[in-house]
Amino acid sequence: MLKIAKYTVYDIIRNKVVLSYAVFLFVINTSLFMLDTDPSRSISSIMSVMLIVVPLVSIIFSTIFIYNSYEFIELLVAQPIKRNHILLANYLGVTASLTMAYLVGTALPLAVYAPGATGIYLIIIGVILTFIFTSLAFFGAVISRDKAKGIGMALLLWFFFSVIYDGLLIGFLFLFSDYPLEKPVLFITTFNPIDLGRISIMMKMDISALMGYTGAVYRDFFGTQAGMAYTLLLLILWAVVPLAIAVRIFRKKNL
Amino acid sequence: MIEVANLEKSFRKLKVLKGINISFNAGQVVSVIGPNAAGKTTLIKCLLGMVIPDKGAVLFEGKNIRNDDSYRKRIGYMPQIGRYPDNMKVGQLFKMMEDIRNIRDKSELDEELIDAFNLPSIFKNTMCSLSGGTRQKVSAALAFLFNPDVLILDEPTAGLDPESAEKLKSKILSVREKGKLILVTSHIMSEVAEISDSVLSLHEGKVIFYKPITEILSEMQEGRFSKAIIKLINQCQYVEDC
Repeated sequence: MLKIAKYTVYDIIRNKVVLSYAVFLFVINTSLFMLDTDPSRSISSIMSVMLIVVPLVSIIFSTIFIYNSYEFIELLVAQPIKRNHILLANYLGVTASLTMAYLVGTALPLAVYAPGATGIYLIIIGVILTFIFTSLAFFGAVISRDKAKGIGMALLLWFFFSVIYDGLLIGFLFLFSDYPLEKPVLFITTFNPIDLGRISIMMKMDISALMGYTGAVYRDFFGTQAGMAYTLLLLILWAVVPLAIAVRIFRKKNL
Repeated sequence: MIEVANLEKSFRKLKVLKGINISFNAGQVVSVIGPNAAGKTTLIKCLLGMVIPDKGAVLFEGKNIRNDDSYRKRIGYMPQIGRYPDNMKVGQLFKMMEDIRNIRDKSELDEELIDAFNLPSIFKNTMCSLSGGTRQKVSAALAFLFNPDVLILDEPTAGLDPESAEKLKSKILSVREKGKLILVTSHIMSEVAEISDSVLSLHEGKVIFYKPITEILSEMQEGRFSKAIIKLINQCQYVEDC
């Protein structure tokens, strides 16, 4: 399995997309540090950029990658290799390359300009989001054979989690603004990995003190050890469950 | 060597295979013929475990292939259209396949086709720069590379130049001499007559006939094979178990 993953990584590295992804992140992050004298403010800008770019690139790149290597997967299926190993090896290869690019583009500037706990947390969440959205991409690509449909679905998923979900949430808050909603909202955010990531990074930042009463409720929950463990567990579930379903479907898929 | 029992497969509402019962023995070349959409490729993919049948089973030396991947060590497959990672070089592709199969000793390999097609001269080219025919050569060389006991070739000579097609055909015949089983799909009747021992004809997911070539020729009393085949197909069209 690791062998196939290794070759997947070789193949992706020679592809210019991942390289440009690393360069893009590196340039953006470094310039954000240079624009502002206060590194903690830069980190919050970096977080905002990261929460949009990492899920988008992960899901779109992975989706296109799987569709492009469909025939190659076919060739591997005819070899003495277990089917689930083929899919998992591809997953490992894609996530490994995207993570490497992300580390080069984000961890490097962070280590130079603002070394510290918040930075480390930001990096960890970024890596986990890479795993989650690649997993969602695999899920989508296994379900639909049609490339255009698959990419459309990937874009829609990203758009849903980045924009629509929060919009619905705000609408919900507005509609029921007469009721104490902190607890339900806490629960609802767990269904969006991007929100989970955002909250858990913000808990590590000083600005969480500025979030008012809701912020205090968040802090009460997500700020504790148990809350952090809960978030982490949920994020891991977000990565594992779609991939597990994808593997199940792929084992019985006609190629 | 391979037995197919009561195989059925449908894609959504379309029934592609409607109960196929056949067995293939070692030491023969079997050509699978039939019009487009007769179920040839689906049958082949069922043998490879790429398509999972709805009903029935494929037995490899008596063992059901479902949930078993070890039998594929003994199969070489050449797909109709081979596609490979675009950025990979031809040489790397061969290395990778050897690596995946855990081949350490080069003497286990059959590199005759690699040399016959002069592939080492393009080892440094990337896969995406190859023409369709060259890709076919790579696919063919890969199928034969691991000395498999069973070779499954899906329209092997389509797209090859006459010289290369000739080389491939003589390779098929020489491998048969070593007692291996070769399954070939083809639309070219002269080729079928040239290389195969038996012909399996499919039509709309059913076996029309499965007979040795010599038998077909003597039964139909035709000198030319292509005429004999068409005569037989017409005769069998409305007869069960021809």
